[in-house]
Amino acid sequence: MTEWFRFAVTALFLAGALSMAVISVAGVFKFKFILNRMHAAAICDSFVLLLAMIGVAVSYGFSAATLKVCLIVLLIWMASPVSGHLIARLEVTTDKHLSEECEVRE
Amino acid sequence: MKPRSDYEHSLWRRLVRFVDGETLEDVEKRAEELQEKSAKSQVEADIRSEQILEEEEDEEDKDNREEKENRKRELEKAHEKEAAAMLEKYKNWPKEHGVKIFGRLYAVMAVVLCLIIIVTLLVTVSYLPEFGQPDNPNNNEVVRRYNADGLEETGATNAVAGMILDYRAFDTLGESHVLFVAACCVMILLRLELTKDGKPTDKKRASEENDRLYEPKNDKILQGSAKILVPVIILFGIYVILNGHLSPGGGFSGGAIIGAGLILYLNAFGFEKTTRIMNRKNYAVISVVPLLFYAMAKGYSFFTGANHLESGIPKGTPGAILSAGLILPLNICVGIVVACTMYNFYTLFRKGGM
Repeated sequence: MTEWFRFAVTALFLAGALSMAVISVAGVFKFKFILNRMHAAAICDSFVLLLAMIGVAVSYGFSAATLKVCLIVLLIWMASPVSGHLIARLEVTTDKHLSEECEVRE
Repeated sequence: MKPRSDYEHSLWRRLVRFVDGETLEDVEKRAEELQEKSAKSQVEADIRSEQILEEEEDEEDKDNREEKENRKRELEKAHEKEAAAMLEKYKNWPKEHGVKIFGRLYAVMAVVLCLIIIVTLLVTVSYLPEFGQPDNPNNNEVVRRYNADGLEETGATNAVAGMILDYRAFDTLGESHVLFVAACCVMILLRLELTKDGKPTDKKRASEENDRLYEPKNDKILQGSAKILVPVIILFGIYVILNGHLSPGGGFSGGAIIGAGLILYLNAFGFEKTTRIMNRKNYAVISVVPLLFYAMAKGYSFFTGANHLESGIPKGTPGAILSAGLILPLNICVGIVVACTMYNFYTLFRKGGM
C-alpha cells in the first residue's frame, strides 16, 4: 500500500514537472522577444527543477542524498535569477529597438 | 542501327542532367542559343563574303596583288576575332562552369567520404567482442592488478586517482603541461603589450575602457549573490581536490570549479579586486612551481621505483585524508594549474592581459 502511495506521489510530481517543461519549451520557441523568452525559460530552472527533485526524492526515500538534492535546488535558485537578471540587463543596454518589445519608462 | 532522335530523353542524358542539376528546358534553351549564334555567324560570314565580292567587283581594275593582300588581311582579322572570343570563353570557363562543377563534385565526394567512414566504422564495430563477456581482451591482468592490489600499492580508495596519479602519473604530467603550453600560446597571441617604460599602450587602455561597456558595472544583485556563492564554490573546489584520492573528483575537476569561482568573482567585482592576488607575476609563480614540483616528485618516485629502492614516501592508512603517498600533493598541483589556466584564459580573451 505505501509502495503504491509513494509511486503515485512520485508520478504526480514527475508528470507535473514534465508538463511544465513542455510549456516552458513551447514558450521559448513561441515568443519573439528575449525578455518574453526569458520568462518562459526560467520556468525550467525554477519550478520544473523543484517538482522533479521532489519526485525523485520521494521515490528514492529520504536520506543524505535528499539533503544534497536540496542543496542543488538552493544553488540553482540562487544562481539562475542572477544570470537572468544579467541577461536582461545586457539586452536592455544593447537593444536599440527596445520600445517595440515593451513599454519603456524614460 | 538507326541513330536515336530522342537523344535528350535517353537514360544517360537524364542522369547527366540530374547530376548537373539542369532540366530539359535548360538544355533546349542552350541548343536554341547555339543555333541562334551559328545563324548569326552564318549571316556575318555571308555579309563578309558579299563585301569581298563587291570589293572584287569594284576594284576589278586594280592590281591583283593588292586585292589579294586585302582579302588576306580581312581573313586574318576575322581569325584574330575568333581567337579572342575563344580566349574570352576559355578565361570565363572557371567562373561560369568551373565553380558549379567543383561544387557538385565537392558535395558528391563529401557524401562518398562520409559513407566510406560510416561503413568502415560499422564494420569495425561488428568485429568488436560483445559487451561484458568474461573473455574480452580488456579483462586482462592489468585490470585484475588494479582491482586486487591498487588499494595496497597506491593507498588511494578512489581507484581512478590511483591510476591517473600513480600508475600513469607520467601521462597526467603531460596533460598538465599541455594546459600550461596552451596558456602560454594564448598569452603569446592575445596579450597586449606594455610600452618600454612600463605604461599601458593606447590599445590596452582602449580595450580596458571598452572592457566593461556592456557588462554589469557594480551590479548590486550580482555582487550580493557572488558574496554568498563564491566562497561556497571555492570551498567545494578545494574539497574536491583534497578528497580526490578518497572519492570521485581530483585535480582537474576541482581546479575547474575553483577557476569558475574566480571568474564569477571577477565578473562581480572587477579586475581591481582580483589582480591583487592574480597578477601576471603571481600567475607565473603559481603555475610553474606546481608543475616543477610535480615533475620532480614523480621523477624521484619513478627513479626509486625503477631501481627497486625504498622511496620513503609514507602510504598512510587508506581512507584517511593524509594518505596515498604522493597522490594528494599531486592532486593539489594539478588543481592549482587548472584553476590558474582557466582564469588566465578568461582574462586574456576578455581584455588581453591580467
